[in-house]
Amino acid sequence: MSTHTPAAPANTPPGPTALNTGSRRRGFAWFGFKMSGRGKSRMDPTRNNTAAGIAAWLLALLFVAPVLWMILTSFHAETDAATNPPSLFAPLTLDAYQEFFGASSGVSPWPPLINSATASVLSTVLVLVLAIPAAYALSIRPIKKWTDVMFFFLSTKMLPIVAAVLPLFLFAKTIGGLDNIWFLILMYTSMNLPIAVWMMRSFLAEVPVEMLEASQIDGAGLLLTLRAVVAPVAMPGIAATALICFIFSWNELLLARVLTGVMAGTAPVFLTGFVSSQGLFLAKVCAAAVVISLPVLFAGFAAQDKLVQGLSLGAVK
Amino acid sequence: MTSATARVVRKGHSAPKPSKDARARERATAWARRAPLLPALIFLIIVTQLPFAATLIISFMNWNSLRPDQTGFAGFSNYVEVLTNADLRQAIFTTIILTVSVVLASLLIGLVLALLLDKKFIGRGLARTLLIAPFLVVPVAAALVWKHALLNPTYGLFNGTLTWIWSLFGSNTPPQPDLLSQAPLMAVILSLVWQWTPFMMLILLAGLQSRPMDTVEAAQMDGASPWEIFRHLTLPHLRQYLELGGLLGAIYIVQNFDAVFTLTSGGLGTANLPYSIYQTFYFANEYGLASATGVVVVIGTIIVATFALRTVFSLFKKEAAR
Repeated sequence: MSTHTPAAPANTPPGPTALNTGSRRRGFAWFGFKMSGRGKSRMDPTRNNTAAGIAAWLLALLFVAPVLWMILTSFHAETDAATNPPSLFAPLTLDAYQEFFGASSGVSPWPPLINSATASVLSTVLVLVLAIPAAYALSIRPIKKWTDVMFFFLSTKMLPIVAAVLPLFLFAKTIGGLDNIWFLILMYTSMNLPIAVWMMRSFLAEVPVEMLEASQIDGAGLLLTLRAVVAPVAMPGIAATALICFIFSWNELLLARVLTGVMAGTAPVFLTGFVSSQGLFLAKVCAAAVVISLPVLFAGFAAQDKLVQGLSLGAVK
Repeated sequence: MTSATARVVRKGHSAPKPSKDARARERATAWARRAPLLPALIFLIIVTQLPFAATLIISFMNWNSLRPDQTGFAGFSNYVEVLTNADLRQAIFTTIILTVSVVLASLLIGLVLALLLDKKFIGRGLARTLLIAPFLVVPVAAALVWKHALLNPTYGLFNGTLTWIWSLFGSNTPPQPDLLSQAPLMAVILSLVWQWTPFMMLILLAGLQSRPMDTVEAAQMDGASPWEIFRHLTLPHLRQYLELGGLLGAIYIVQNFDAVFTLTSGGLGTANLPYSIYQTFYFANEYGLASATGVVVVIGTIIVATFALRTVFSLFKKEAAR
């Protein structure tokens, strides 16, 4: 498309063959390949690809538009939010946020936000406590049949949660665990543990063996070795794993909806209260969506490189 | 453990006294190695395997919590009901259509985006970060925004944009489709493709960036066109990553509950299996039937997961060999 300069490159040999190659290349110019030139320099990775850049930016803006629209609408007055055609330049206001935080509506979002924070943070801590030693056993001092164990962990993640939710509900009901944040924390721990073990194993595998041997010669026990040798090296990986477990717990709806209620309801459960909202509350709905998504957006942007590794269960680095 | 003790253990009878000692020591070492793994393993077996075993048992029972006197063994009747009940059969079809279309569309768009982002251009890092955003919005929040702020027929952004474009051409009769009531499944698919494309893009981008460039350069020297390089070098290399993205995406999307629950509440033929199960036990209190439906989902997932495990395993072996 546009990277091809009409003033044909001087070094292109004349003749019909050259013309053909040229036109064939032009058809795929948007992949960003350099049109002219010879040999190696054609795909020099340091070269700027204007056409690819424009296409990527257009698509990126298209994809992020709903998010931007959500943010913009949350800063509009309700009367400006629900208009057709959309009012891009309506005056900005914090009314929707004031309304959301219960200045006048009487329903406070703080308990669900605190429940979500409690469940996400505590289950993440529990996951790390269980997953770090497990990953240590699976990577640094591999036990026999360690691949079988890895695949057992993976298979539990592939078990659909809907297939276990009824017995969990009945069990919670029997032991009085319904609408109890601690029961939800245990469920979130089991939901994230396989991912954490898989991610952590690949991070711990990067700890140099010499350092471990040195610590063993010095007579350090398991806990000391973990704390003094493994943890510092694996810290970035541990942080990324923790962020991803936090995101998954924060986002979870089905278990929270079935297992909690008034007392232990989480932020996503609180959001379901807006499912049948009408146009009068559009700005408030958007403000709620923004507030509840903010922790995940921050955590996700911070861990974006590791995100894919966590989601693909550590298979892709 | 030293090699000397190992040899003694293997010899067995020849040195009875040290052997007993050595075997005990070996056992102790083996347990010391296993010990850090056990808490996680035991916890996971209790919390995931036991409930599923219970689901399996309940699926063979007549159990409606509103009629406790009629609880009992039901044989396969719940499974027959799953396959013959029109609503549940519809849910199976909806789940398949939803999963296949979302996975294919998001893989395709994700591939295009990954190929574009593999090139160097101004603001590439920022464009990539922006593209991840749909995946990071809390799923219920995203579904709410789609339902109320984007797809609402009277004041949503989509119809608003149509109104605006038509007004540019002096028309005040723009088309105002109502996707949520006219094509609700399409609305669910659209919002899920939007959410899952970044995931596919990230996996494929990781694949592209692990591509050995020397063969590409050699092909260029030999005069291969960009299309030929894409078709014969890039695509075969990406195959594993396409498979991985597709299969993991399928496993996550088969289980989707948030979008169906929020956008359509399962109405108008959009109830997938997870939503149906939720309704069957939460509102209809049919525990046996809900469990049988759950087992059907698991069977479907096992079929997909078998392929997924093989793909993960091949990538895993590659990594282990490194």
